[in-house]
Amino acid sequence: MEKKTKRRDFLFTATYAVGAVGVGAVVWPMIDQMNPDASVKALASTEVDVSAVDPGKTITVLWRGKPVFIRRRTQEEIAEAKSVKLEELKHPEKDEDRAKNPEWLVMLGVCTHLGCVPLDQKGDYNGWFCPCHGSHYDISGRIRKGPAPTNMEIPEYKFVDANTIKIG
Amino acid sequence: MSDHEYTPKSKVGKWFNDRLPLLTLANHLTDYPTPKNLNYWWTFGGILTFCLITQIVTGLVLAMHYIAHADMAFQSVEHIMRDVNYGWLIRYIHANGASMFFLAVYIHIFRSLFYGSYKSPREIIWIIGIIIYLLMMAAAFLGYVLPWGQMSFWGATVITNLFSAIPLVGEGIVTWLWGGYSVDNPTLTRFFTLHYLIPFLILGLVVLHIWALHVPGNNNPIGIDIKKPSKDTVPFHPYIVIKDGFALLMFMIVFAFFVFYTPNILGHADNYIEANPLVTPAHIVPEWYLLPFYAILRSVPDKLLGVIAMLSAILILAALPWLDTSKIRSAVFRPLYKQFYWILVADVLILGYVGAMPAEGLYLLIARIATAYYFLHFLVVLPILGFKERTTPVPLSITEPILGGSPNLAAVKKKDGFRNQ
Repeated sequence: MEKKTKRRDFLFTATYAVGAVGVGAVVWPMIDQMNPDASVKALASTEVDVSAVDPGKTITVLWRGKPVFIRRRTQEEIAEAKSVKLEELKHPEKDEDRAKNPEWLVMLGVCTHLGCVPLDQKGDYNGWFCPCHGSHYDISGRIRKGPAPTNMEIPEYKFVDANTIKIG
Repeated sequence: MSDHEYTPKSKVGKWFNDRLPLLTLANHLTDYPTPKNLNYWWTFGGILTFCLITQIVTGLVLAMHYIAHADMAFQSVEHIMRDVNYGWLIRYIHANGASMFFLAVYIHIFRSLFYGSYKSPREIIWIIGIIIYLLMMAAAFLGYVLPWGQMSFWGATVITNLFSAIPLVGEGIVTWLWGGYSVDNPTLTRFFTLHYLIPFLILGLVVLHIWALHVPGNNNPIGIDIKKPSKDTVPFHPYIVIKDGFALLMFMIVFAFFVFYTPNILGHADNYIEANPLVTPAHIVPEWYLLPFYAILRSVPDKLLGVIAMLSAILILAALPWLDTSKIRSAVFRPLYKQFYWILVADVLILGYVGAMPAEGLYLLIARIATAYYFLHFLVVLPILGFKERTTPVPLSITEPILGGSPNLAAVKKKDGFRNQ
């Protein structure tokens, strides 16, 4: 009797295990089909000509369906961004780490709270202001006030030549 | 279902019913004993069924003309409005129908709260109802995205970004929901599919909701268990059918007023601007029926905690049958609960109002107080009230106070001490 039960237990466990693997193998494609497809991924990088951008101006380009702010900062703005003490920041990041070339700030124009596009040259810190839920960012795109948890994201980018930025 | 045995009169009927007892079901629904003191607040179940069917029928028609593609969705909705025969009517019924659906469901929910319909033995009916309510919110949100206007796009962006608050896997989930790196065409097509699916899930749950209801039978304004069938009940048909029908007509007048006279008053003008991923509208607000929860979300200064607070505000309702410790169902016999009930109603209305206002200054302060009170009501007031409150005497049956000689329930209750229970 004891022996028979054990044999049955083994069969049940083996059946459940094989069944679980089978279900998983069917469910995963159903889930993964919703992830970004090959055509979406293929559009993952963009080149931008920035020769026409004057100091103190921002241009917005679309990258991966999201706005990217490219701001050519003035000397005063750079000085202001560098003067902020790290202790004052909710998400401490040095300006040097955010803008490798301090004249150019390249960042995702997406509020880290719930994804709205912040407005240029607005808010309490002369940077950006998100109209949705009132997050204030400074001239380095760092969160200073409001519900957003982190600074605006810096995408991967590089200067291909003096006037061209490649994002992504 | 405590029905008497039913046999169809005709031979064919009997032959069919022996194989599939649909006629027994029809007989059960016709004869179903209903408390005879049900008031008009009990007519909203029928009204909600009407709303669901209206949304499904108009939705099917709209889907014949709508094109779920980021480049064409906005134009196809304008095409429905301008070119399709009666397209304007069908779309306005569908759009305002969503608001009417929520209006009715809020009355239905607050009726349950007042008369204690969620209490034993009706917990499962209540929980199925909460699931239906959640699915309704999902369907409404998904549907609002389909016209691909500015509010559609940014509403979708904000709501899907709520998931990014989840630690570690949040960003991955959001990308998965979008099917890309932002709300775009893949998002629109899947939202359309899900928007099409959910009403049928709701329909299935409505069947379970009514099935579960027909086990103990309806609660009633005095919230007592009644004998069925008895002098306290009337058959569903024709009594309740006529009453529900009359209430439905009144409701349709309100519905028609919105559709024909102010079809856009509940919408947002920005949604007549095509979606633009580079420009966020200055003031994003959800539809009116989601405003109280939006106010709760914004009243918490932390992203993750805000999302948790908003979800808890809905899910706490599912625990209500166990949070409310009072054995007495109806607020009619609960003098203190009755007052707290109306404070809760006011609190939710205030949350709705501040949810539509900018989240700053006094509005933010009010939103925070109202949010705190909302949770206090369910987590502190209700559990304590059940032990502390002195309830007034409950009659033994619906008929008793009337046969006792006075139509005035309060007078009869005062006169007779023995009915205390």
